[in-house]
Amino acid sequence: MLSRTAQIRLVSSHPEVYDPCDDSFALVDALLADRANLLEHRPSICMEVGCGSGYVITSLALMLGKGNSGCYFIATDINPHAVGVTHKTMEAHGCHADLVTTDIASGLEKRLAGSVDVMVVNPPYVPTPEYEVGQFGIASAWAGGENGRSVIDKILPVADNLLSDKGWLYLVTLTANNPSEICLQMMKKGYASRIVLQRSTEEESLHIIKLWRNLDTQLEVC
Amino acid sequence: MRLLTHNMLSSNIKGVTNGFPLLIEVEKVVEKQVDFNEDFLRNMFPKIEWKALVEASRTMGYTELPENAESSMLDSDEFLRKFHHALIELHLEEGALVCPETGRKFPVNKGIPNMLLHEDEV
Repeated sequence: MLSRTAQIRLVSSHPEVYDPCDDSFALVDALLADRANLLEHRPSICMEVGCGSGYVITSLALMLGKGNSGCYFIATDINPHAVGVTHKTMEAHGCHADLVTTDIASGLEKRLAGSVDVMVVNPPYVPTPEYEVGQFGIASAWAGGENGRSVIDKILPVADNLLSDKGWLYLVTLTANNPSEICLQMMKKGYASRIVLQRSTEEESLHIIKLWRNLDTQLEVC
Repeated sequence: MRLLTHNMLSSNIKGVTNGFPLLIEVEKVVEKQVDFNEDFLRNMFPKIEWKALVEASRTMGYTELPENAESSMLDSDEFLRKFHHALIELHLEEGALVCPETGRKFPVNKGIPNMLLHEDEV
């Protein structure tokens, strides 16, 4: 039976790249739970920001049907090693995504504006001192600055720019990131949201948020 | 890197106003066969900057694309196949993307472009 998610034994690794962990599995579980909706959604462009080992983008490509040449998969990471590992992981599963080594979506923002139908992000969400944010290498996978929000707060406006009218964003957060405040902020930009999965491990409490444009009721900001 | 991605990339250097399209320096081109999907091509067509695609495909050694294109041409199977080939099946494996304004080169290795900027370019 064709696996609907990436297989750990086929996921490539590198000392400077974040291996799939509880947060990666939670995001993929959330996507799997939403699979029927995703298929019905018929996305043309799916994008992952921060692809790491490639576990999530590979799983997304598999669950939408890897033979499905009806969708363009693109993934970015600020860590060149991560992009290399994602490439190997995708190949090992017979999938393809176009990969770009860049900071969030820098270089893609102008042309991809309003075009991404599904965006998935497992950001560096761990609260750390500010100086740890944006360092190259494996720390870029978790260092999130104050309340773990530094990179998330950079990503949200980029997502708002890139998402199509029907675009969906799946975002991994910790309780410490204040997910309800994120939802409120996005609501003011006209997004509806739902916590689609919650999972508590020994170390952290994860909330996977799904966001989409609420085209019926755009709130006016006074 | 497919030409679809090239069509979506522009120079991200601070102060650059004319950053699209990036010029292509070819070292190695690979052709990878992919199943044809008409719906996908129809969805993508309005987003594509046609001239940039034609120029890029010529740089990669493919000269079959017409100079101009309009959506009525999507009804032609022949056109669709050429569009598909240029957009999806041609890969720049090794080479560089060049900012048209500053000449700055963004390397492409193993099909992956590196758009990371130096501190003074951000």
